[in-house]
Amino acid sequence: MGRKLLLDKAHIEGIRYYDTYRSNGGYTAAEKALKTLGPDGVLDEVKKSGLRGRGGAGFPTGMKWSFIAKPEGVPRYLVCNADESEPGTFKDRYLMEHIPHLLIEGLLISSFALGANSCYIYIRGEYAWIPEILEQAIAEAKNKGWLGKNILGTGYDLEIYVQRGAGAYICGEETALIESLEGKRGNPRIKPPFPAVKGLWQCPTVVNNVETLAAVVPIINIGGDEYIKFGTGKSTGTKLISACGNINKPGVYEIEMNISVEEFIFSDEYCGGIKNNKRLKACIPGGSSVPVLPANLLLKTAKGETRMMTYESLADGGFATGSMLGSGGFIVMDEDQCIVRNTLTFARFYHHESCGQCSPCREGTGWMKKVLHNIEYGKGKMSDIDLLWDIQRKIEGNTICPLGDAAAWPVAAAIRHFRDEFEWHVLNPDESQKRNYGIAHYADPIPVPAGA
Amino acid sequence: MAEDKKMFKVKIDNISVEVEPGTTILNAARLIGGEVVPPAMCYYSKLEGSGGKCRTCLVKVTKGSEADPRPMPKLVASCRTTVMDGMEVANITSPEVLDARKGVVEFLLLNHPLDCPICDQAGECHLQDLSYEHGADATRYEFKRRTFDKVDLGDKIKLHMTRCILCYRCVFTADQLTEKREHGVLGRGDAAEIGTYIKQSLDNDFIGNVIDVCPVGALTDNTFRFKNRVWFLKPVDAHRNCSNPKCCGKVVLWMRGDEVFRVTARKDKYGEVENFICDECRFEKKEKSDWTIEGPRKIDRHSVISQGHYVNTVKPKDALVEVLDGRQPKLLFDIHSESQVNRPEIDLSKIDGPAHSDDFIIKKS
Amino acid sequence: MAVVQFSEEKLNKVKEIVARYPQGKQKSALIPVLHLAQEAFGGWLSAETMDYVASLLQLEPIEVYEVATFYSMFNLKPVGTYMFEVCQTGPCMVSGSDQIIEYIKSKLGIGVGETTPDGLFTLKTVECLGACGYAPMMQLGKHYREHLTPAKVDEIIAECRAKANAN
Repeated sequence: MGRKLLLDKAHIEGIRYYDTYRSNGGYTAAEKALKTLGPDGVLDEVKKSGLRGRGGAGFPTGMKWSFIAKPEGVPRYLVCNADESEPGTFKDRYLMEHIPHLLIEGLLISSFALGANSCYIYIRGEYAWIPEILEQAIAEAKNKGWLGKNILGTGYDLEIYVQRGAGAYICGEETALIESLEGKRGNPRIKPPFPAVKGLWQCPTVVNNVETLAAVVPIINIGGDEYIKFGTGKSTGTKLISACGNINKPGVYEIEMNISVEEFIFSDEYCGGIKNNKRLKACIPGGSSVPVLPANLLLKTAKGETRMMTYESLADGGFATGSMLGSGGFIVMDEDQCIVRNTLTFARFYHHESCGQCSPCREGTGWMKKVLHNIEYGKGKMSDIDLLWDIQRKIEGNTICPLGDAAAWPVAAAIRHFRDEFEWHVLNPDESQKRNYGIAHYADPIPVPAGA
Repeated sequence: MAEDKKMFKVKIDNISVEVEPGTTILNAARLIGGEVVPPAMCYYSKLEGSGGKCRTCLVKVTKGSEADPRPMPKLVASCRTTVMDGMEVANITSPEVLDARKGVVEFLLLNHPLDCPICDQAGECHLQDLSYEHGADATRYEFKRRTFDKVDLGDKIKLHMTRCILCYRCVFTADQLTEKREHGVLGRGDAAEIGTYIKQSLDNDFIGNVIDVCPVGALTDNTFRFKNRVWFLKPVDAHRNCSNPKCCGKVVLWMRGDEVFRVTARKDKYGEVENFICDECRFEKKEKSDWTIEGPRKIDRHSVISQGHYVNTVKPKDALVEVLDGRQPKLLFDIHSESQVNRPEIDLSKIDGPAHSDDFIIKKS
Repeated sequence: MAVVQFSEEKLNKVKEIVARYPQGKQKSALIPVLHLAQEAFGGWLSAETMDYVASLLQLEPIEVYEVATFYSMFNLKPVGTYMFEVCQTGPCMVSGSDQIIEYIKSKLGIGVGETTPDGLFTLKTVECLGACGYAPMMQLGKHYREHLTPAKVDEIIAECRAKANAN
């Protein structure tokens, strides 16, 4: 059994409520932070822990916190990004539904470290029943003196509010989230200035993912030095993986970042293998925007090493032969799945979610969707495949926010690794309407050019 | 003022310039001038918060600064990126930038109608210039283009959303120049549009400026639509004592003979309004006698508007005279005796709305 | 046309929401208040409703329209009493959401984006709702219905009909 830090107590009956959470060691980290460590002590531990942002980008959290500007007399804010919308990702929902107090405790410690007296949880609008769970937990915590004025007699005040979004993937981008929290359209801001300098209401703001902030609790409990003993290399600690697709046991798993991808998919402790004893065709290991990998490149890197569930190993080989751990949305596809159709659904998703502010994303995402639609429905041309490649290339890196990249990468990776499937669709317009291309050679080792 | 203000040294396409801290790369390039100035479709120096959206001004920062010489990983929007001391920027010297810009132009034209022959903005359209300079000669887009119905925003302003490139300039204009913003960006993604949601007129002293800031023909002057092509008109600087305290009263009259076809604000060489004008000056004062004429406006001779005008033009050799070799040409017929259209006695500027053939029938009264 | 006016209870809720933000930042309350308004006034936002929200929060009406048209959860046209919002993005698609959507269409006799003539059901396809591990799924009102099968869809439809008859 892998060791757990976040979900170790998730199975306890009633852990959603304060009393059970507290009697199982809850809020000891908050006590330690406020009474012993102090803000700088907390920051030190988080820096030492090597914790990286769990929302997708993997930016070191301690460094992000240390960037926050501290001008005199200006309030600072902590915003919790609970706008979990990346297709394949549903881990934050699990955390908030089952152990809301873990998040509240994490928010308390983090706000204290940052010197923020107001904290907002921005939760996606569709999770309509979760704000009540959170608000109940907040009320309980407040009732017990963990929130409000003069917490634990330290003179520190904190209020936590829950704000619901209203259906916009783009609001997971931190500046779009801030705009939305200000009651505006979710248009990402042009950076710089970064939120750490001018964020919510133009005040210094830190935006962190739910899982990141929850992870602060075990870090304070066991200490940063102990935390890095979990995981491997720069992938310290544990990570929540939302596993879905054609597997026997979809769900949220906490993994220590030292297991192989193969173990994660096939062991009974995690995904339990492919459903109906089918074969593994491909997998998107970190949410819809990261590159899809065929089975052969998923289980072993281009160098022939075992691919591990870590930030570094999944990214090994760059985009040519690797992918990303991203937000941990692990989408598994069996031999019966069609890569073209799957790519089309993601292209449709990004087209639907583009805010429309900058031209490459606004126009390019719709164009890619239409071209992919033609290919999928037997109306594609050979030149469409190169056209798609060129469109994604012209979107990537040229947009205001990373949604452009997120829209471009899945298309690029699908063409890079599954070009023959696209060509088969073009050459067999009628047959492709009746059956899928199948697994082809994707499960077998294919030669990869050296240095790719 | 602090005399010893430190200036930042910047190199753009290997040309050095010294600028004040806080200057954007685009404005530093404008100080150099000429070809190194990146095109800008959404940035407008007079409108706070504008820019960053169209992505045509992307440039490559090859050296971040003297202190941190690392290049920036992605192309940056030059209109919103401020310079650092020692920064080196590549614009037209970077194939990567030119390639990205070509892509952006293609994206902007994807849903833009090719209706320049009937568009009033033709001849002074920034998208036309941009496509000419940076675009490809053919489109690769094979799908139906996005279209919208034309909308009247009051009786003076026509919104032709199909042509809009969502630069947000008109939104900033309404926000910053008028007392109350009544239009905005509705919808999301490629379904986003400029609109009022419920049809209503835009009613404000300065709202007419949205026509001048619009880089394309999405917002046009209803009192001028289809009256004339801009290159047939003579731009003349003029002013009047405007009673509106916020209006400078300095305008350009677009004339043909003694007729005033339209009134616009004066624009600089980047197509930006120098001083905003009020709606009374723009829409109501269409008589020559309303204005004090200052003289012909200087128009860049490369502009289509300068064609057939009075400065810097070289009269082509009169071929006919040479061919005729001293003989007089014979008048076969007077066009006005044959055609009902363009009769000299009809004052085009007096026709309300687009001109129809009916308007040219001289009414016997 | 009924007058657009929140109940006393809802007005207090608005006050409570506005109090979460610093003085003068009441615009931040816009999205939560639009949610309240949509709930209170028939499941959609009419122009009158949006104008009312604008006046409550001292905003220009256009600021409300801009926001309401941006977010996909705000309905700008009337919808059925029960709205089936079925996810169709990748993870749901690989788990069979296409078949579920087809089944609902044939069962209710409506297409995507349409409402049944009795005004009871609206079918909408949506993009990822964050329930990928429990696919295929749909949102019905406040809650998710997961692991959908044709039989489960039948149950849900029957449940809605029963609830509608009870009212």
